Amino acid sequence: MKRFIGFIKKEFYHIFRDKRTLFILFGMPIVQILLFGFAITNEINNVDIAILDKSKDVTTQEIINKISSSKYFSVKQFIEKESEIETIFKKGKVKATLVFEKDFSEKLTKENNTTVQIITDATDPNTANTISNYVNSILQKHQQEINVTKITPYQIVPETRMAYNQELKSVFMFVPGVMTIILMLVSAMMTSISITKEKELGTMEILLVSPLKPFQVIIGKVFPYIFLSIINAVVIVLLSIFIFKMPVAGNLFLLGAESILFIISSLSLGILISTISETQQTAMMLSLMGLLLPVILLSGFIFPINSMHNILQVISNVIPATWYIIILKGIMLKGVGLAVIWKETLILLGMTILFIVLSIKKYKIRLE
Amino acid sequence: MKIIGYIIQKEFKQIFRNKAMLPIIFVIPFIQLIILSNAATFEIKNIKFSYIDYDKTSFSRALIDKFNASTYFNVITEYPSEKIANSAMLRGEIDVILEIPQYFERDLLKDKKTNLLVIINAIDGAAAGVENVYINQIVQGFNKNVQTDLMQGSDKKNIPKNIISIPSFWYNKTLNYKTFMVPGILVILVTMITLFLSGMNIVREKEIGTLEQMNVTPIKKHQFIIGKLFPFWILGMLLLTVGLIIARLLFNVPMVGSLALMYLYTAIYILVILGMGLFISNYTDTQQQAMFIAWFFVVIFILMSGLFTPIESMPEWAQFLTEFNPIKYYVEIMRMVMLKGSSFMDILPQFGKTVLYAIIMNGLAVWSYKKTN
Repeated sequence: MKRFIGFIKKEFYHIFRDKRTLFILFGMPIVQILLFGFAITNEINNVDIAILDKSKDVTTQEIINKISSSKYFSVKQFIEKESEIETIFKKGKVKATLVFEKDFSEKLTKENNTTVQIITDATDPNTANTISNYVNSILQKHQQEINVTKITPYQIVPETRMAYNQELKSVFMFVPGVMTIILMLVSAMMTSISITKEKELGTMEILLVSPLKPFQVIIGKVFPYIFLSIINAVVIVLLSIFIFKMPVAGNLFLLGAESILFIISSLSLGILISTISETQQTAMMLSLMGLLLPVILLSGFIFPINSMHNILQVISNVIPATWYIIILKGIMLKGVGLAVIWKETLILLGMTILFIVLSIKKYKIRLE
Repeated sequence: MKIIGYIIQKEFKQIFRNKAMLPIIFVIPFIQLIILSNAATFEIKNIKFSYIDYDKTSFSRALIDKFNASTYFNVITEYPSEKIANSAMLRGEIDVILEIPQYFERDLLKDKKTNLLVIINAIDGAAAGVENVYINQIVQGFNKNVQTDLMQGSDKKNIPKNIISIPSFWYNKTLNYKTFMVPGILVILVTMITLFLSGMNIVREKEIGTLEQMNVTPIKKHQFIIGKLFPFWILGMLLLTVGLIIARLLFNVPMVGSLALMYLYTAIYILVILGMGLFISNYTDTQQQAMFIAWFFVVIFILMSGLFTPIESMPEWAQFLTEFNPIKYYVEIMRMVMLKGSSFMDILPQFGKTVLYAIIMNGLAVWSYKKTN
C-alpha cells in the first residue's frame, strides 16, 4: 500500500511539473464553456434578407416595416429585377428574398387575394425553413390586423406552456452538452496518452517489473486524472450556474455522484484505448478522430436523437455521453432524482464496468 | 530538391509502416462521413405526442384524429390526468401534452371560442419552437374545417382578405439535410486529419530525440519543413477526393460548381492548416501538449464554423472571432461552389482571406522554427 501511495505521488509530480499541460488542462475547458455558452445558439436571429418590391405601395411598405423591425430579420438590400436574386445568393450575401407581386394593395382590396414569394437559399435547409415560417407568421399577423373588422367566428385558441425552459434559451441545451464533451475528451485523452507514453518511452517495462501489480500501475496512473477531472467538472458547474444562470433544480450531490461516474467511465474508455494502441499518436488519433465527431453529432448535444434513423439511434445508445446528457438535463433542468434516472445511471455504470473488464482482458503484462 | 524528395519518401514510409494508424487515417473518416452525415438533421420528426381528453366529445375526438393523421407525431398516448402526463414527461417518455378541457365542444358551439392547453418539453428550445408550429398548424387547420362546417351559406362579403405566401427553396428543393451536411463534415474530417498529423509530426521527433539528429544533418530548414509537411498535403487532397466521390455516388450531393475551383481552394486551405500544425509543434515539447492545443482549436473551429449552428445568430464579438476561423471559410466555400455553383468572383472575399491566412500562418511557423535549441 505504501508503495502504491508512492506511485500515485510520483504521478501527481509528473502532472504538476508540466506547467504547460496543466495550464491547458484547466484553461481550455473554461475558455470553451464561456465561448460556447455565449456564442452557440440554434435560434435564428438577424438574418440578412433582400426585398424585391414590384408594387411599392402602402401595404407592401407596411409589411416591409414589420419585417425589418422584427428581431429575426435585417433587410440588407432592395433589388429591382428577378435576375439579381441569383447573383446575391451566389455571393452568399442574403439568405432569402421576398418578392411582392405587382399591384399588391389593389389585388388585396379587389380580389381579396395577393401573393408574396418567399425565396430562400436552401443550401441550409434549417435556416431556410425557419425563415419561411417566420415570414409567414408575420404575414399572417398582418392579415389578421387588416381583417379585424370582419368577424372570425369559432376560434380555438391554443395556450402553450414551455416546460423546463420557458424562455427557450439555447444555453440550457448547450451547456450540458459542452460539459459532457469536455469531460469525456479530456478524461479519455489524458489517460490513453499517459499510459501509452510509458509504453513508447520504454518506462512501462520498468513499471511492470516493479513489485507493483499491473492493476495498481493502472489505477495509480488514472487516479490523478480522476482528481483533475472532478476539479474541471466543479468549475464548469459553477460557471454554468453563476454565469449562464442554469438552474440546478435537483440534488447537487446526485449531480456530483453522476459526474464522478461519468468521469470514471471516460477514464476507463481511455484505458481501453491505451491497451489497443502502441504509440501516443495512435492513442490520440483514436480518441480524437474516433470520439470527437460522433459524440458531438450523436449524443443529442446539438441534434435531436428522436428524429434520427433507427440505426443511428442504436449507435447513439452505445455512446456513454448520450446517457450523461440525459442525466444532466434531468437533474439540472427537470429536477428529477434517482427514482427517474435510475435506468440511465445503471446503463452508464454497466458501460463503465464493461470498459474496465475489457481493459483488464486486453492488458498485456509482458511487452513484445 | 533531391533532399526534399528523400524526406518525403521517409515520411510516407513512416505513415504506411504504422499499421495501427492506417485505418484511423483511411477508414474512420469515411465511415464517419457516411454515418454522421445522416445524423446531422434539425428536422423534427417522430414527436412523442400525448393527450388528455377531459371532454370526450365528437369534436375532441376529431381533433385528436387530426394529430393521428399527421406524420410528425408518432407515439400517441392517452393519459387520464395532467399529473400522470407530467410525470411521464419528467421521465422523458413524451415530448408534448395536449390537454383538451372539459366543455371544449360546448364552449365552441355556444361562445364561439374555446381554449386548449399545450405543454411542450422545451429543454431543446429550437425543437420546442418547431413542435409548437406543427401543433398550431394542425389546430388552425381543424379550426378552419370547423368554421366552414358551421358557417355554410353565410354571405360572401365576410370572406377575409388573404395574403398568400409561396415559399420556394432554391438549390435544395426538398430541404435535404444531407446535401447540406456532407460537404461540411468532409471539411472537418480533412481538417482534423491534416492538423492532428502535422501538429504531432515534428513534436514527436522532438520527444523521441530524433529531431536533434535531423538538425545536425546538412538539410536546410525549408527543405526539412517542406519534406515534412508535403505528405500531409497530399493526404488531405486524397481525403477530399475520396470524400467527394462518396458525396456524389452515395449521397447524390449535387456538384453544380467548378471542381477545379474546389481543388484550388482546398490546396491553399490545407496550407493554412499545415502551417498551424507546424506552429503548434514549434511551441510544444510533447505530443500530449500539441494534441491538447490542436484539440482545443479544432473544437472551437468546428462549433463556431456555421456548420451546425448559424453564425448570424451569434453575438457580435463571437461573429468577429469567426473571422479567424479557417473552417468557416472552407465550409462556406464548399457549400457555395458545390451546391450553388458560385464562381471565383463570388468567393473572392473568402478566397483572399484564406490566401492571406496561409501566408501569415506559414510565415509565422517557418520563422519560429529553429534548428538549434
